[in-house]
Amino acid sequence: MKRLLRHFHGGLRLPEHKKISMQELISEAPIPPRLILPLQQHIGEPAESLVSIGERVLKGQMIAEAKSFVSVPVHASTSGRIICIENRPIPHPSGLNAPCIILEADGKDETIDMQAHDYHHMEPAELRHLLRDAGIVGLGGAGFPSFIKLNPGPGNRVNTLLLNGAECEPYITCDAMLMQQRPHEIIKGLLVMKQALQAEHCIIAVEDNKRLAYTTLVNALEEHQPHKIEIIQVPTLYPTGGEKQLIKVVTGVEVPANNRPVNVGIVCHNVATAAAVYDATQGQPLISRVVTVTGDAVKHPRNLQVRFGTPFRFLLDQCGFDERAEIDLIMGGPLMGFKIADQQVPVIKTSNCVLSLKREPRRPAMPCIRCADCVLVCPVQLLPQQLYWYARAQDFDRIQDYHLFDCIECGACAYVCPSHIPLVNYYRFAKTEIWAQEEEKKKADLARQRHEFRQYRLERGKKENEERRQRKKELLKKTGNKSDDRDAQKTAIEAAMARVQARRAEQEQQRKNTDNLNLAQKKVIEEIEARRKKTND
Amino acid sequence: MFEAIFVLTALAIAFGLLLGYSAIRFKVKGDPVTDKIDAILPQTQCGQCGYAGCRPYAEAIANGEADINQCPPGGKVVIQALADLLGRDPVPLNEENGQHAEKTIVHIDEQLCIGCTLCIQACPVDAILGAAKQMHTIIDSECTGCNLCIAPCPVDCIYIVPVKRDISQWRWPRPETELEKPEADKS
Repeated sequence: MKRLLRHFHGGLRLPEHKKISMQELISEAPIPPRLILPLQQHIGEPAESLVSIGERVLKGQMIAEAKSFVSVPVHASTSGRIICIENRPIPHPSGLNAPCIILEADGKDETIDMQAHDYHHMEPAELRHLLRDAGIVGLGGAGFPSFIKLNPGPGNRVNTLLLNGAECEPYITCDAMLMQQRPHEIIKGLLVMKQALQAEHCIIAVEDNKRLAYTTLVNALEEHQPHKIEIIQVPTLYPTGGEKQLIKVVTGVEVPANNRPVNVGIVCHNVATAAAVYDATQGQPLISRVVTVTGDAVKHPRNLQVRFGTPFRFLLDQCGFDERAEIDLIMGGPLMGFKIADQQVPVIKTSNCVLSLKREPRRPAMPCIRCADCVLVCPVQLLPQQLYWYARAQDFDRIQDYHLFDCIECGACAYVCPSHIPLVNYYRFAKTEIWAQEEEKKKADLARQRHEFRQYRLERGKKENEERRQRKKELLKKTGNKSDDRDAQKTAIEAAMARVQARRAEQEQQRKNTDNLNLAQKKVIEEIEARRKKTND
Repeated sequence: MFEAIFVLTALAIAFGLLLGYSAIRFKVKGDPVTDKIDAILPQTQCGQCGYAGCRPYAEAIANGEADINQCPPGGKVVIQALADLLGRDPVPLNEENGQHAEKTIVHIDEQLCIGCTLCIQACPVDAILGAAKQMHTIIDSECTGCNLCIAPCPVDCIYIVPVKRDISQWRWPRPETELEKPEADKS
């Protein structure tokens, strides 16, 4: 049966630059002397360190655990010693530092005891638990913990499990190479995911510029029949690899704004994630991934299986990096990736591509001429120029009326803009500003609440004091001069005195520090006691 | 003619009663404008505006006693929001009240603290933890940066520190382009 494919709005045909990194098969990258493992390599909360400095760890050992729900653990990429836990630059657009575990490799690459699981007979919840413990996150780029996406949630039924092999961004070829070389793992991983989701059928979507990947997968699938898996080719168009875009192309379903695909019965995962899921069922946690090292400044662009924590610079040097070239180092593709300032940042779970592009003089931005080219290419059917105006004017209410948060930041609008306006950066700026304002608002509300409560507490304290005084006054008035009360008071005082006497005597008895004294000392003490008695009398 | 007078009088009385009843029945407690203004103010409770806190300042604005430009922690953003709410023109911040600055919090040097509780009494949001003759400390997440605790401290052990920003709070900067130059902004 031939599936009828749809189109999403807009999109772009881009120069691919993919062949240059597909000349060689994926090879294992050497292990660097020191690995830098950030505690946060995914969307959500950072993991918390489990190791201490100086501790020896084995490859695959969990070195940081997930404490909150949206989080996954981190595992040691090789065997070695933990030399420190400190803030280091991580691959992030901010260029800021974040807590990392630094592991000194001992070169032995000793593994923990990895046991394959009999996943065929595991409950979906058990499978998700297994995948969480293996540290698996989406390897397509965003890095959302996979076990959450593999939970349809109450009331949702998953009809279609879609495996995303589109890889639409120029230069990046890690998924294509993976599909060519490890089709069986991908298909087996897909079946595990299907089991976890209780999905009805599965589709693997591959862009039609990856012929070899497609035919390899189709051939591999023959061995896995009679599972219902469909492999289809989708037209090459940027950004087909976007989750909602791919769903539209393959199934014709448009995922509504502010909804997740699972709400319409579809779940989408990356092909590399599927392979990682298979590895996890074989007992191997996520400790490495395929990374495309390519661009203008590397002599041998290719795909490498890289351990997490490998510094970018180490990786580039493996591929003949030209140190003197004037380049911008980018993690990800040329459109959605971001610049990396420090070449020592490590490869993390979301690093699909290390791209070095010749630094070109920045084209000066010109005023918007309202040509509406951006509107034509926007895959989400937004009005990029309106968004731009409001972002520039910092009118954050109006910009949300124009659905800023539906923007997937694919960069198509900025790519076609004849005025070279960095449109996406304006949207990113607006998004983070809005989040910050919301955060501030929450804090202000909390402060107001605390202030009002304090006000109330002080008021209440005053009132209570006043009441207590009043009560005492009245009590005094009522009982002030009665003689029997006097007697009662007297007996109470006497009783208290007797108690004090008794306690003193007891203390006297307990005083033991005079036991081992010589005669002279005892004599002095006796004299003092006599004097005290005299004065007391 | 008498019928007309009678009918009109009856109508007037009926409507008068209806209005009178609805005025009681649907009475709005408090001043909603004050609430709206209070919601915009940053709730630092610092008193730089000349009032005892954000709520009193909001009341003063609502009563027309205070201008909208007396809140230094809120700065331009708050003035703009107040102007939008009240239908006034935005005015620059009143310098007499202070300068707008990035948010800070305070930090107690616990080695020097003598446990006098004076700062606890000064804190408008109960963000200081401690007891008499016990070490005091600031709860960072609750501190609004009003600096009201600094003056009462007898041993000067409270310092202003910048708010720690980690990656999760990082914001994308406004793009630097030729369009952002002041002369371009004017056009």
